[in-house]
Amino acid sequence: MDFVITLAIIVIKIAVVFGAVLFHVAYATYFERKIIGRMQARYGPMEVGPHGLLQPFADMIKLFFKEDIAPASADRPLFYIAPAIVVISAMTALSVLPFFDRFVIADIDIGLLFLLVITSLSVYGIVIAGWASNSKYSFLGGLRSAAQLISYEIAMGLSLVGVMLMAGSLNLSDIVRAQHQHPLGMFAFPQFLGFFVFVVAAFAETNRAPFDLPEAESELVAGYFTEYSGFRFAFFFLGEYVAMLTMSAVAALCFLGGWTIPMFMTNAMPFLSYVPGIIWFLVKVYAFMFFYYWIRATLPRYRYDQLMAIGWKVLMPLAFVNVLITAFAKRWL
Amino acid sequence: MEQMEIEKDLQTRELTLNMGPQHPATHGVLRLVLELDGETVIKCTPHVGYLHRGTEKLSENRTYIYALPLMDRLDYISSMSNDVGYCVAVERLFGIEAPERAKYIRTIMSEMTRISSHIIWLATHALDIGAMTVFLYSFREREWLIDLFEMTCGARLTVSYPRIGGVRCDVSREFLDSLYKFTEEFPKRIEEYETLIDQNRIWLQRTKGIGVISARDAVHCGLTGPTLRGSGVSYDVRKHEPYDAYPFVDFEVPVGENGDVYDRYRCRMEELRQSNRIIRQCIEKMPDGHILADDAPDLDMPPEGRKRLIPDMSLSHACISLSDECEHITPAGEFYSPTEVPKGELGFYIVSDGSGMPYRMRFRSPSFVHASALPRLCKGHMVADVIALIGTIDIVLGECDR
Repeated sequence: MDFVITLAIIVIKIAVVFGAVLFHVAYATYFERKIIGRMQARYGPMEVGPHGLLQPFADMIKLFFKEDIAPASADRPLFYIAPAIVVISAMTALSVLPFFDRFVIADIDIGLLFLLVITSLSVYGIVIAGWASNSKYSFLGGLRSAAQLISYEIAMGLSLVGVMLMAGSLNLSDIVRAQHQHPLGMFAFPQFLGFFVFVVAAFAETNRAPFDLPEAESELVAGYFTEYSGFRFAFFFLGEYVAMLTMSAVAALCFLGGWTIPMFMTNAMPFLSYVPGIIWFLVKVYAFMFFYYWIRATLPRYRYDQLMAIGWKVLMPLAFVNVLITAFAKRWL
Repeated sequence: MEQMEIEKDLQTRELTLNMGPQHPATHGVLRLVLELDGETVIKCTPHVGYLHRGTEKLSENRTYIYALPLMDRLDYISSMSNDVGYCVAVERLFGIEAPERAKYIRTIMSEMTRISSHIIWLATHALDIGAMTVFLYSFREREWLIDLFEMTCGARLTVSYPRIGGVRCDVSREFLDSLYKFTEEFPKRIEEYETLIDQNRIWLQRTKGIGVISARDAVHCGLTGPTLRGSGVSYDVRKHEPYDAYPFVDFEVPVGENGDVYDRYRCRMEELRQSNRIIRQCIEKMPDGHILADDAPDLDMPPEGRKRLIPDMSLSHACISLSDECEHITPAGEFYSPTEVPKGELGFYIVSDGSGMPYRMRFRSPSFVHASALPRLCKGHMVADVIALIGTIDIVLGECDR
C-alpha cells in the first residue's frame, strides 16, 4: 500500500512538473518575442488573444497539424529518433531539480552530476539529427554543435566544482541549504568567477546568442534542424527551451540561493520570510531567462573558431583558477 | 608501407556547399558554390543571373522616356538614385540642363536614397553577423524616409520620380519641414546604431581583418563606392564628375585604411552623416523656380525621326524640344555617363543612332562588379565570414543581373 501511495505521489509530482514546465516553455517563447520586441521598438505578437497572449497555443496547434516531412535520402530511423533524444534528455534533467523546499521528484545525492550527464546527452540528438538529415547545412550545424557542446561542457563542469566544494555536497537541495547557512546567502558572491564562467557556458550549452552557431540562420539556414518540420521541429524547439529553463534553474539553485533569500535580507525585512520559496525560485529563474533574451537582442554572433578559442583559452583556465582558489580557501581559511 | 597505404585511402576531400540561390543571407538570389575544407573556404564561385530580366534589351525597345520606370527595378532599394543616374545620362545625351530647383530636389532625393540604402545595408549586414536589434532600429528610420518619398510622388519603392530634364512634381513645404526634422534627428539615431555595434568586441572580432583588399587590388577589381573607399582610395563620382547640385554643396568623402569589413562599415556610417549634411544644405539653399526644363522631352516623344511637321500641334506646349520635323531626335554617337549610387558607380553607356530609342544601352552596375570580387575576398576565410563578406560588398541582385 505504501508503495502505491509513494508511486502515486511521484506520478503526481511528475505530472505537475511536466505541466508547469510545458506551460513555462509556451510562455517563454511568448515573452521572448514580447521582450525582444520591446527592445527593438516593435510590439511582438498582438493578434491572437489580448496582446497576443494566446499566440503560444496558436503556434502549437500550427506545428501540430503541419505535414511531417522527412527528406527522401534521410536515414529514417535516426531521423525520427533524434528529436526524441533531445527532448528526453532535456526533460529528464528536470527530475533532480528542487523547485522549493522538499519538492523534488528524485532527491538523489549526485543530483548535480546527474544533471550534467543528462543535459550533455542532448548532443547525441543534435549530431544524429545533423547526420540523418543528409543535408550539408544540417551536417555542418551538427558538427559545430558537437564541438561546441563538448568544449563548453568542460568549462561548465569545472565552474560548478567550486560550488560543490563550498557546499560539500552534490545534492542540489543541500547546495541550496548550504547557501542559506552562508553569511552572504548566495554562492554568486564568493564564486563570482565560477558564476561568470557558468553563465557564459550556459549560453553556449543551450545554443543561444551569441553562441547560436549550430543554428545560425544567416549561415546554415537553420543548422541541424533545417530539414525538420512540424512536430519534430517543435520537439527541438521544446528541447532548447527546456534546456534554457533547466540552466536558469541550475543558476538559481547553485549560485543564487534557490528558493531561499539571504539571511541578512530577512533580518532587515522580516516580512520577506513569509513569501513562499517557490516565488523566490521563480523570480530568479525568470530573471535569468530575461538575461538570455536581453543578450540575444544585444550581441552579434561569434564565429566558430572564436567560440572555440573562448571556450578553451579563456573559460577553462578561469574555471581552473576558480577551483584552485576555492580549494585553498576551503582548506586553510 | 601499410601505414602509407592506409593514409592514402583516408585522403580527405573538400565539401562542396551550394549556398543559394535560396538562402537567407545571400541578399536575393546570389548563388555561391563553396569548396570547404572543414569550415574554411578554399574556393568560392559566384553564379549570377537568377534575376535577369533583360532590362538592357527592354530599354532598347522603348523611347528614352518610357525606359525610365525600368531603372527603378535595377537596384530596387535605391530606385531614386538609379532614376537620377539615368536622367543625368539622357540629359547629357540630349544636351538638356535641368533647372536649378530640380537639381536640388534630385540631389536631396539621391541622398535620401543613399541613407535608406545604407540603412538597409547596415540592417542586413548586422543581422547576418547576428546583431538583430540594429536591423529593426534601422528600419524605423527607413520607414520615415519611405514615407517622405510617398508624400512627394505617391510611390514608396519604385518611384519613377525624376524626369529627363527635371523632376515630375514639386516638393511640398511639409515634405521639406519633415525632412529637415529628420536631418536633425538622424545623427542621434546613427549614434544609437553605433552604441550597439561600433565598439562591440564581438563585432570587432567578426569584422576586423576580414576580407582585406588592398587599394591596388580594389582598383583592379573595379570596385567603386564605399567598397573601394574602405581600402583608402578617395574616388567618388559626386566629387570627381559632379552632377546635379553636388558642386554647390560641401561634403567630405570618407575613406578607410585597411580595406577590411570594419573599415567599409566605418566608411558607410560616415557617409550617412555626410548625406545628412548634404540634405540639410540643399534644403537651406533650395532656390525657387521651375522643376522641369522647357526643352525636356515629353511622353509623346517619337521613337523615329520624322521628316514632316504634324499639322495638329496641340501638344506643342508639352515641350517636344526635338522638334517633330528634324530627322534626328537625338544626337547620334556613343558615350558613358557615371553617377554615384549608394552601391558605387552606376554608369550608363548609351549608343544612339539618332532615333528616339537607344541603339544599345548598357549599365555598368556596381553590384555585378562587386560580386566578381567575392572569390578573391572569400578565399581562406570561414563560412561565417562569407556571409559577412556578401554583406560588406553591398550587392543587390536586381542590379547585378539586370
